[in-house]
Amino acid sequence: MATETLTLGKALNEGLRRALDNDPKVVIMGEDVGKLGGVFRITDGLQKDFGENRVIDTPLAESGIIGTAIGLALRGYRPVCEIQFDGFVYPAYDQIVSQVAKMHYRSQGQIKLPIVIRIPFGGGIGAVEHHSESPEAYFAHTAGLKVVACATPQDAYVMIQQAIMSDDPIIFLEPKRRYWEKGPVELDIPLGTAYPLHASRLVRPGTDVTVLAYGPMVRTALDAADAAAAEGRELEVIDLRSLSPLDLGVVFESVRKTGRCVVVHEAPSNVGLGAELAARITEECFYSLEAPVLRVTGFNTPYPAARLEDDYLPDLDRVLDAVDRTFGW
Amino acid sequence: MAKGSGTPRGRHVPTRTRRRQRTTEAAERELVQLLTPEGERIEKSIGADGVEYRVDFTDEEYRSLYRDLVTVRRLDAEATALQRQGELGLWASLLGQEAAQVGSGRALRPQDMAFPTYREHGVLYCRGIDPILPLSLFRGVNHGGWDPNKYKFHLYTIVIGAQTLHATGYAMGVAMDGKTGGDDGEAVIAYLGDGATAQGDVNEAFVWASVFNAPVVFFCQNNQYAISEPWERQTRIPLYQRAQGFGFPGVRVDGNDVLATYAVTRTALDNARHGQGPTFIEAYTYRMGAHTTSDDPTRYRLPSEVEAWQAKDPIARVRAFLEKHGIADADFFAEVDEQARREAMRLRERVLAMPDPEPLTMFDHVYPHGSPVLDAEREQFRQYLDSFEGSAR
Repeated sequence: MATETLTLGKALNEGLRRALDNDPKVVIMGEDVGKLGGVFRITDGLQKDFGENRVIDTPLAESGIIGTAIGLALRGYRPVCEIQFDGFVYPAYDQIVSQVAKMHYRSQGQIKLPIVIRIPFGGGIGAVEHHSESPEAYFAHTAGLKVVACATPQDAYVMIQQAIMSDDPIIFLEPKRRYWEKGPVELDIPLGTAYPLHASRLVRPGTDVTVLAYGPMVRTALDAADAAAAEGRELEVIDLRSLSPLDLGVVFESVRKTGRCVVVHEAPSNVGLGAELAARITEECFYSLEAPVLRVTGFNTPYPAARLEDDYLPDLDRVLDAVDRTFGW
Repeated sequence: MAKGSGTPRGRHVPTRTRRRQRTTEAAERELVQLLTPEGERIEKSIGADGVEYRVDFTDEEYRSLYRDLVTVRRLDAEATALQRQGELGLWASLLGQEAAQVGSGRALRPQDMAFPTYREHGVLYCRGIDPILPLSLFRGVNHGGWDPNKYKFHLYTIVIGAQTLHATGYAMGVAMDGKTGGDDGEAVIAYLGDGATAQGDVNEAFVWASVFNAPVVFFCQNNQYAISEPWERQTRIPLYQRAQGFGFPGVRVDGNDVLATYAVTRTALDNARHGQGPTFIEAYTYRMGAHTTSDDPTRYRLPSEVEAWQAKDPIARVRAFLEKHGIADADFFAEVDEQARREAMRLRERVLAMPDPEPLTMFDHVYPHGSPVLDAEREQFRQYLDSFEGSAR
């Protein structure tokens, strides 16, 4: 088994390369994905190796990217669209919500649109406005779309390939502040037996409080668990991975054991994933709960200027503060 | 212009009436036409694109075109009546646009793919699709549901202009598959209206089609109104002239002339299939009825305007031509009317017999691979329904 240490960004690049290699119908399309390799270099070198018909530099218009990807999918292609930054997905929102999400339903199952829409999401890189947003709730709210977020290089490598192989349209969220973090990646892993795409995963066992996170906040939650352990509290951390549909079996099991739960995400709390999680956990684990489900999230403001983002984003201290508060009931 | 808007006294400010006058005259000069409203055949007509258009149909083909025109109008009238009687939730009538739809629809070759709006019942009919299918959509039984690949006719698209990008992407795929370059090449047609030309998606589709040289024809039925707004609210120049700015030819055709519409569309599709890229066709026509059955056109247009277009009726001119040249006789016209009436009656019976869908079918086909969350919701709803006494489930 070839295991290499790769950054999350490079793991995505290797996953995309494998997908292009395995299926001639896979095409990558987006702004600057060709010669430049994307602004984050996730598609680095792919156009050189697979040609301009497989890795397509598109005109600068996001609705056009998604709209033409639909046409290509109708023709039998499997488009992988790169949206350059989270805040630039909104011009394509209509095509995603009204067309990508609903075509299978509209056609009574006769049309499949195996489109993957890759979106680097979240903050923490000191960017200007519109480059640090967390739009997952908009998409998770929409029937017909599936939404996933990767958190580690190994998952990035496997999940991008699974998403491309899936016939469901998938919003694929990439934690951009973690692109440069390294981890072991098993490159020969057979996709058929790999961990399923739409399954959450317990990434650190614990007994005292369940902490739910996804994407960039998984690292934050694990760091908080380390710090809590030093203080004598064991956090059980679950990486949700699939935001729609949610896979909550392991979550319910954990909360029934710990009786306490903290949800962490960068997106604002109002009508966000945390609200859905709190409701579902309350419905399923009501008699096990020792405290209400608490949320640690971005604030209900527009994403602030970069020099404020360290205060805006959930961090280790805020997670531990919420953990402490669950013991206050 | 409103009073007090700062226009210097005495400066000439064109009113909308004057502007409309000018553009209408210009439109008629630039129009490709092969059959006049009086039924006179014009041998050839040169378009704004410099191309000389002509058609050469057999008598049988002329009669067949007439039959399609009459049939699609009759079916459309039946659908409007069904809506008025409460059997359809809504209907978007094609009245007045029969020639644009039958002419362009019959110009498609079997391998060509069409992307309609929600008004292309005439094109749908020419593609051999059962006319009941759009009625099931407007009755509210489903959202369409025919197999687009089987008929090479995509589902109706209700969001204005969205389908032009789908058509363009599909056409890019045709080119990537190496299916252009010969007589057997494939072409794609995207239908849109005058209102859609203001949409960002449509302009993005033009950019994409142009820079990728996609084999797609944009067929715009300029029926003069986007619901209530005249086309001058969407553009300051004739629509077909837009194409030049995007780098491909644009041509304006008499959309009430089935022969000219056929000729122009056939040429554009053949250019596309031979790898010569996109064309924009503006079929200059008129929506004789309302935008949909929910609309009241008397609020925004004058009876005199409707009467002027009545004189340019797409079917009357074909009939006049057939009569003048002895291509069809009174028996033929009566037989066509009778056949169309029978088709309409069959359609009516089938609409009335259409069952409402079962409640649980609303959970079907949300995802190709399904969803456990949705499965649980369906199961809960099933149990809820079953909890009622006398539940048939």
